[in-house]
Amino acid sequence: MIDRNTDILIVGAGPAGLAAAIAARKEHIESVLVIEREKEPGGILRQCIHNGFGLHRFKEELTGPEYAQKDIEQVSELGIPVECSTTVLSVSQDKTVICVSPEKGLQRIRAKAVILAMGCRERPRGALCTPGTRCAGIYSAGTAQRFVNLEGFMPGHRVVILGSGDIGLIMARRMTLQGAKVLACVEIMPYSSGLNRNIVQCLQDYHIPLYLSHTVTDIRGRERLEGITVSEVDEKRRPIPGTEMNFDCDTLLLSCGLIPENELTRGAGIDISAATSGAVVDDMLQTSIPGVFACGNVLHVHDLVDNVSEESFHAGRAAADYVRNGFTGAEYITVCDGEGVRGTVPQRIRIPSDSPVTLSFRPSDVYRSSAVVVDCGGVELFRKKSLIFTPGEMVHIELRPGLLKNLPADSITVRLERN
Amino acid sequence: MEQNITCINCPVGCRMTVVMSDSGGFLSVSGNTCPRGAAYARQECTLPQRMVTAVISVSGSRIPLSVKTSRPVPKDLIPAVMRELSRVRICVPVHSGQVIIPDILHTGSDIIATRSLT
Repeated sequence: MIDRNTDILIVGAGPAGLAAAIAARKEHIESVLVIEREKEPGGILRQCIHNGFGLHRFKEELTGPEYAQKDIEQVSELGIPVECSTTVLSVSQDKTVICVSPEKGLQRIRAKAVILAMGCRERPRGALCTPGTRCAGIYSAGTAQRFVNLEGFMPGHRVVILGSGDIGLIMARRMTLQGAKVLACVEIMPYSSGLNRNIVQCLQDYHIPLYLSHTVTDIRGRERLEGITVSEVDEKRRPIPGTEMNFDCDTLLLSCGLIPENELTRGAGIDISAATSGAVVDDMLQTSIPGVFACGNVLHVHDLVDNVSEESFHAGRAAADYVRNGFTGAEYITVCDGEGVRGTVPQRIRIPSDSPVTLSFRPSDVYRSSAVVVDCGGVELFRKKSLIFTPGEMVHIELRPGLLKNLPADSITVRLERN
Repeated sequence: MEQNITCINCPVGCRMTVVMSDSGGFLSVSGNTCPRGAAYARQECTLPQRMVTAVISVSGSRIPLSVKTSRPVPKDLIPAVMRELSRVRICVPVHSGQVIIPDILHTGSDIIATRSLT
């Protein structure tokens, strides 16, 4: 087994890992190493060939591969090594990382700081409690996207999409443009979690019906999928008898949510938040193990890659600071989710804080003409109004330095308040 | 003649009603909350345009090449653009940004590669 040392080791060369590496190197950390499981860096962006990425960061609309290319080029110019086809097997409490690759075999790498940037996974069929047979032809939308855009083949010809997340909507358009017939998009909730833009440009443009408050109630087919039944559901999401519609299809794509990929994080014994399914972190994005940081979709699922990059630059700088100065023991306040708020990140903030702190969360429902409010022990610290808050769009607020001083309690609560 | 459309500029998703003349000219829009909505409604009802992204096969490469239009093309030309893309024959190497088809269907938009293949 090869034994090596590095200052900062980054797990994953998707947009999060690449941005963290760039930021760490710009803070003059010489020894930065990125480990990637796939053959090439870029992560999920490689298969997201549609455009709309980078509007905030680069002020232009790029496709996924173009966005990734900008980071890959910068990583290369900065001379940061990215070791591909290398799978991390474990991360331990003392920041020793075990990984394996065909070229180098088993390696043990001791790092001063580790940044977790493994991204997320789609919720699979097994987690959806779908009825019917276990036939071929049922894929997650992202798997189909990989087949069509990276491997160059079509997974089927007559398609139904379950779930109206953005990847499902994007795939409805892709499959249609490549010659498939997309029969319907079926969403169990009374609203779509996808962007309006995608509802219009991926479904309406191609006359694909969107059935809200509907779900799949039967899946038929012995070897290959032959058809499905879709039923309307009541307000408790129970199928309503008599509303069944049958679709003859050979393919069912699932676009039912994303889950941070935290197998390694759990293996390291790092605390995980039930609300985000990501690590519990402080305002430096440091997990419950000092010197181990998390950023991007492994921490919480983002809407925009621009926000992933932004968060990961922060993690890269924080890890660099840790390598130089070590863990500076601190006092913390906890951040709690109040009404209408789910999964606020970070969950802990060091006080006193001399830099601005960004809080991110997802609304649990649609709130029109409402305000996001931050309270501490009955005292209002922050308030910001907005025309609309929706579960499909993560909310980011920035608490200015100095706001978190002389607090009356040791926790703050973030909540939404209807007007 | 009236047309109902949903604004795509932000999550509010205003439901707008556009009034058109019999000859297809834009007359007025209502239901929008901001000027961006009005501009979108006018464009969408007179000349709707879309960016097109797709993949094409490249001889000498196991994986396909992702491409995009350099600017939006009229929406009703999308099927014709896809047909052109299925006919194009190129081989490696291809560089990101390389023009694959100039001025496709006289739209003024080029088809360009969005990744490199060697």
